[in-house]
Amino acid sequence: MEGIYAFCVGLLTACGIFLTLRGRTFSVVLGLTMMSYAVNLFLFASGRLTINSAAILGQSDTYADPLPQALVLTAIVIGFAMTAFVVILSMRARADLGNDHVDGKDPNEIPTDMSQSKKGERN
Amino acid sequence: MNTLLWLPLLPLLGSLVPLLTARYHRNVCALFTAILPFVSLLIVLEMTPDVLNGVNHYAFAEWIPQLGLNIAFRLDGLSLLFAILILGIGLLVILYARYYLSSKDSIGKFYAFLMLFMFSMLGVVLSDNLLQMWMFWELTSISSFLLISFWGHKSEARRGARMALTITGAGGLALLAGIIIMGNVIDSYSLQVALDSGDIIRAHSAYPVILVLFLLGAFTKSAQFPFHFWLPHAMAAPTPVSAYLHSATMVKAGIFLMARMHPALADTDLWFLIVSLTGLTTLLLGAYIALFKHDLKGLLAYSTISHLGLITLLLGLDTRLSTVAALFHIINHATFKASLFMAAGIIDHETGSRDMRQLNGLWKYMPHTATLAMVAASAMAGVPLLNGFLSKEMFFTETLHQEALGSLSWMIPVLATIGAVFAVAYSTRFIHDVFFNGEPINLPKTPHEAPRYMRVPVEILVALCLLVGIFPGFIVGDLLYSASLAAINGPVPEYSLSIWHGFNYPLLMSFVATAGGLIIYYYRQPLFAFQSNFAEPDAKQIFEDVMQNIIHRVTGFYNLLENGSLQRYNYLLISLAVVMMAAPLMDLSSTLGRRPELPYTIVDITAALLLSVGALMTVICHRKRMLALITLSIVGFIVSLAFARFSAPDLALTQLSVEVVTIVLLMLSLFFLPQKAQKQSNPRRIIRDLSLSSIVGGLIGTICYALLTRPLESISDFFIANSKTGGGGTNVVNVILVDFRGFDTLGEITVLGIAALGIYKLISRMRLFMPSGDLYGRPWSNDAHPMMLAVLSQSLLPIALLVSAYIFLRGHNMPGGGFIAGLITSVAIIQQYIAHGVDWMKHRVKIDYQILIGSGIAIATLTGLGSWLFDRPFLTSWFDYFYLPIVGKFELASAMMFDLGVYLTVIGATMLILANLGKLTTSERPIQKEEE
Repeated sequence: MEGIYAFCVGLLTACGIFLTLRGRTFSVVLGLTMMSYAVNLFLFASGRLTINSAAILGQSDTYADPLPQALVLTAIVIGFAMTAFVVILSMRARADLGNDHVDGKDPNEIPTDMSQSKKGERN
Repeated sequence: MNTLLWLPLLPLLGSLVPLLTARYHRNVCALFTAILPFVSLLIVLEMTPDVLNGVNHYAFAEWIPQLGLNIAFRLDGLSLLFAILILGIGLLVILYARYYLSSKDSIGKFYAFLMLFMFSMLGVVLSDNLLQMWMFWELTSISSFLLISFWGHKSEARRGARMALTITGAGGLALLAGIIIMGNVIDSYSLQVALDSGDIIRAHSAYPVILVLFLLGAFTKSAQFPFHFWLPHAMAAPTPVSAYLHSATMVKAGIFLMARMHPALADTDLWFLIVSLTGLTTLLLGAYIALFKHDLKGLLAYSTISHLGLITLLLGLDTRLSTVAALFHIINHATFKASLFMAAGIIDHETGSRDMRQLNGLWKYMPHTATLAMVAASAMAGVPLLNGFLSKEMFFTETLHQEALGSLSWMIPVLATIGAVFAVAYSTRFIHDVFFNGEPINLPKTPHEAPRYMRVPVEILVALCLLVGIFPGFIVGDLLYSASLAAINGPVPEYSLSIWHGFNYPLLMSFVATAGGLIIYYYRQPLFAFQSNFAEPDAKQIFEDVMQNIIHRVTGFYNLLENGSLQRYNYLLISLAVVMMAAPLMDLSSTLGRRPELPYTIVDITAALLLSVGALMTVICHRKRMLALITLSIVGFIVSLAFARFSAPDLALTQLSVEVVTIVLLMLSLFFLPQKAQKQSNPRRIIRDLSLSSIVGGLIGTICYALLTRPLESISDFFIANSKTGGGGTNVVNVILVDFRGFDTLGEITVLGIAALGIYKLISRMRLFMPSGDLYGRPWSNDAHPMMLAVLSQSLLPIALLVSAYIFLRGHNMPGGGFIAGLITSVAIIQQYIAHGVDWMKHRVKIDYQILIGSGIAIATLTGLGSWLFDRPFLTSWFDYFYLPIVGKFELASAMMFDLGVYLTVIGATMLILANLGKLTTSERPIQKEEE
């Protein structure tokens, strides 16, 4: 089981990294979301994998390590806040700069995008 | 407080005095400024008898003892000598500057800088800790930068200041490196330890490095060849600064360093060779160039370089008395050169020119100043009965006794005599060209005598030149002996400070120098003509070019790394992380640990397969945003299931509800992003990124596997044991969140609130293009709010809220709690927004989400503060059990109030983000028209 788990964490990391290396903000957001899955799973793994032993007193004989769970719980919520921030930032960037490239300027603008590229300028 | 500490501290406080008194008359300002350094001088004089009797004063306080950095001051003979010079000449300069600066100059600012400099300089000479000394050393560079650039409107002042700062600052960094290496060798930064460990340092293999680094610091500060060029350009400073910094004190800091570190670093062939040859070169070069300078201050600047070279040469010689001679010349040079600078300043001030081709025959106009300047210049030339003569004789004697260059040692006295010839020549030029030699030519002002009190500092210094010259033993004998004692850190050899030593070689050398100097001056015209064949290199321009060149190269390198492409930064950053991660992994012999693995089941394998497909599909389809979002949600869903599977029900609930909120958010954002598929990356880049991400994924997977298969040693047993008895709940995860680690949670909800507010700021006044149709021009559906959805979700709302209340209440004992309940409530409200639209909701939900965040954090904080009322530490929890009819036995815990704060903050943050983003799609948003 551990092998599959580790494989999934690795795969999510790889996909996340690949997506964060893309040039468009939405892909980067997808990548960051994927990376936060991987990070949360990885942190969770530091408590090792156990089955049918939730850390609720009196419900089972052995208990899973509750500490990583508590850490990951807040990490999930904060991860959401971060994703939201990046999403809004990328929209703001598009509104102000006129494109959705991570560098704020389109290296090879496609003609159809030209009409949109100018309108970010504030009036 | 130890009296010694006041010594540098008073000038530091004194730097505030002129700023406060600058609004009054400048006499008042000068007077008040002088008080504190005067008190410092009195303290020094009060301590002088002790020091002369061999009792040093110390002050010590711990600062960062772990780093070996302590506040440590000492007053021994060497420090005493310099402290008297710094404070004494400093006071004279204050008086002089009062008359020198024009009414346009801000005298308060000038005095403040001057006092700051005085403080730093005193710090250098009094420090008993090498790191602390270095700090003051750099402070002198900075304060001298401020002083040189005092007339910042002049380009030459700015450039000169920049050059001085660059050279001396860079030397200071070398010195720091030297100090740190030496500190590692002797395992201490205490000066005394360093002085006593000379043998260890010299025997150590790092000695050459330490020596060169120290000497770099000393040579740059003391304008030794080839770093001498900054000093003439620093002459753009007001003359009081030149008199103080560039003759008497700051440039002597390098000399001081060599004298101070003499016991620790000197007495090796390397020292003799580097120091003496550098000193000799500087001595000759400075003396030669000085003769050809038409600018009065230029002449004095190069003469200063030459004299600094002389002192350096003396410190580099291995003879008995060379150190004593060096210290003696420090005193003498400080007195005559400061007075000469002041005289030059008076001449400049009263005639408006410093050019010796214009200045002639001033004797008639200012006989008083002329007399003073002539005496001082004679001292510089080494005329008998003046102090310069005595130390020059000692210098000649020592050059005769050294064996630094083996069989070539005879060259040093010969070259020293040649240097002295030029010294006589330029001193003669200073006297003859300025005060005699016909009539002034085209002076901007009619020359006249300077104000009475402007001449007083010059008079005092010239009087000292005479007194030391005639009664050397009486005036400076004790001071010199005590300084030598400190510099040698051992027994001081016998010497005599008399005027007459009989007919001997040094006297002959003096005679040759005087005669030669006069002859050279007499034939100066052909020499000047000859010298004019050589174009004078413009050090400023060369320096500027070198600087530009360096900046250009660095910029090139910088641009290579930082070309404005985020993708490249990320790539480099991740690559570096790979290197850092991979290196320790190499040491791990086996990935597999000893912990037994769980069995594989078909369900798990299916889930893993789904997750892999989802993740890969997201990558493959990432250019089709909608599709990628759907596949991403599969991944999120499987992750939630994984948490549920591996005994983390709280995490599963959280992940599930966050998933909903995230996907709704991303869907909303899709509306505003370009609909057109993005351009495919270039294939080479795809290969590059794919390989890097696979490597990282592989590494992380390996680490994860290694981690999972190793036995667990957790601190969680404590939490499990105390959850019920200490926190009153059976859901250990929730008890950790709201009780054991409540402080962390408080911080986390605060971060959440701040992030939400930041997003709110980003959203407000954002002008987005709202597309009227899809990519193919098809209009949006008219059925914006389907009735079925609207009706269903409306009836679902109470149930959803009920569920969230239940989840909230049971959170302490069963999976649930503030975070999860908050998210569920948010999802319920968001569903209403989706079903009915923002406008509909606006009339019904009148909650200000910002206030909700604020009150959530406030409730959580107040719950924590509440425990103070019961004299308990912050966030101590309380719980008890109660009984009510019908309801039965139930528990009340302060942790629930805390959880309520969490709950409200989570709702507030989530809704603030989503509701405001949703509002952008309505008619009330700031509109931006599409230009076609």
